[in-house]
Amino acid sequence: MWDSQIIMMLVEGTGVTLYMTLVSTLIAYALGLPMGITLVVTASGGLKPNKIVYKILDVIVNIVRSIPFLILLVLLIPLTRLIVGRSYGATATIVPLSLAAAPFVARLVESSLLEVDHGVVEAAQSMGASLWTIIWKVLLVEARTSLIVGATIALGTILGYSAMAGTVGGGGLGDIAIRYGYHRYQADIMIVTVILLVALVQILQVIGTKLSRKLDRRITG
Amino acid sequence: METMIQIKDVTKTFVGKDNTVEALKGINLEIHKGEIYGIIGMSGAGKSTLVRCLNFLERPTSGTVFVEGKDLSTLNDGELRQTRTQIAMIFQHFNLLMQRTVLDNICFPMEIIKKPRKEAVERARELLEIVGLSEKELAYPAQLSGGQKQRVAIARALATNPKILLCDEATSALDPTTTKAILALLKEINEKYGITIVIITHEMTVVQEICSHVAIIDEGVLAETGTVEEVFQRPKSKAAKKLVFQGDRQQHEEMKGKRCIRIVFTSNSSFEPVIANMVLTCKAPVNILLADTRDIGGVAHGQMILQMPEDDGAAEKMIQYLKNRKLEVEELDHYVG
Repeated sequence: MWDSQIIMMLVEGTGVTLYMTLVSTLIAYALGLPMGITLVVTASGGLKPNKIVYKILDVIVNIVRSIPFLILLVLLIPLTRLIVGRSYGATATIVPLSLAAAPFVARLVESSLLEVDHGVVEAAQSMGASLWTIIWKVLLVEARTSLIVGATIALGTILGYSAMAGTVGGGGLGDIAIRYGYHRYQADIMIVTVILLVALVQILQVIGTKLSRKLDRRITG
Repeated sequence: METMIQIKDVTKTFVGKDNTVEALKGINLEIHKGEIYGIIGMSGAGKSTLVRCLNFLERPTSGTVFVEGKDLSTLNDGELRQTRTQIAMIFQHFNLLMQRTVLDNICFPMEIIKKPRKEAVERARELLEIVGLSEKELAYPAQLSGGQKQRVAIARALATNPKILLCDEATSALDPTTTKAILALLKEINEKYGITIVIITHEMTVVQEICSHVAIIDEGVLAETGTVEEVFQRPKSKAAKKLVFQGDRQQHEEMKGKRCIRIVFTSNSSFEPVIANMVLTCKAPVNILLADTRDIGGVAHGQMILQMPEDDGAAEKMIQYLKNRKLEVEELDHYVG
């Protein structure tokens, strides 16, 4: 039964999973990064405190994060149809995946930026730096290591979500695991997909950790 | 003399959830061009808040600050940022950008004023020379010692040719030798470039070392201002006295006993710490009023006059102890040194 067809399917599934994960993470960051920055800037004691903006964002983030992903997936079907034209398949999965991950990314970014030493921000202010300069040249750069670690966590989580989306026809390795392992009782194929998923997360984690270390100038010697 | 900074009726109140703190209660101060002005106070006196009012990192609750005659409270955001490029600041914890090299740290304020990169690098190298760290231009802050970090911070502060340099506890995280070196550098900068320096500190030694004038701040008010000599020689306020005498103000229990004894050493080994052993054994302090002993060939010769503790029991015990050590003990009725 380990014919070339099945192997091809697994290789393809891995590709699809990676495609969903990477594209979704990218979109999630396009949405989540500005959200995270806004949360930090508008928080009380932030660079431009604004209670209303902060509260609205905070509530949105909390609501989206508390909806179970599978429910969100179903809830967003109309929107997915609108954007992609259909509600199943890998590309369609990217829509709910990105939207579910964006608030999560916002929180990751927020916590990374909050780690930046307030004194450094104060020093930049004392030099007459503008808000944008402080965000781009101080906050994002000083938090670089932590942001990369966060992105690695986000990738792993989104990969997990993508496998979940497979259960409702999302495509990728999760989809294969459900169809063969669950519906057809082919445990061996399921195990292989699980191993592949684990390996993918491992590889992403190793790359992320290496990269963050390499780019961290606080480590001496 | 030309006034550089004028602080006028500045108050600052922090409103918290369940308490309000009046950090500054009506501060008036004038700092002239080219001065090294020390602002000294105990922790919590409001000195850090005051220095942050000088560049409006903290906006005063009322009152205002004039820098070269310009009222900071009337400036809009852009004008305020523009003014800040002329008021540099260094900090207790250096506050360098940890992910940038030394050279790029110094270039940072020049990026803010949009100086072309080439000129900025040139200027940064020049400044590294001044602070004596030319060979470290490609190092990252994490690879530097505290003193070196503060030198980089000073170079960074000077990058935009500011008129004023604010130092917020700039030497408090450094050891005494490094402190001296950093203070010497600040003085050199003041003399060479005529930059007005404001130094916030809790250490009188820092003020004595380089300041020309000093203001003593205590619980949000200025207790005393004047030249360092005046304040140091004749401190008037309680806060000033406390700071001036802080070096030798460790509280010792004063001897209250009146009984004095004279002991004569003739044959004891000079290697035996008789008095120390006696104090340890009897667990009461004595006051040595006079000691004239010398070591002659390993034997202690001479005399000592001790003031005994008030507690008679302890005094008796001591006299007994000394007699047991074969020392001559003689009671003195009213010894006056």
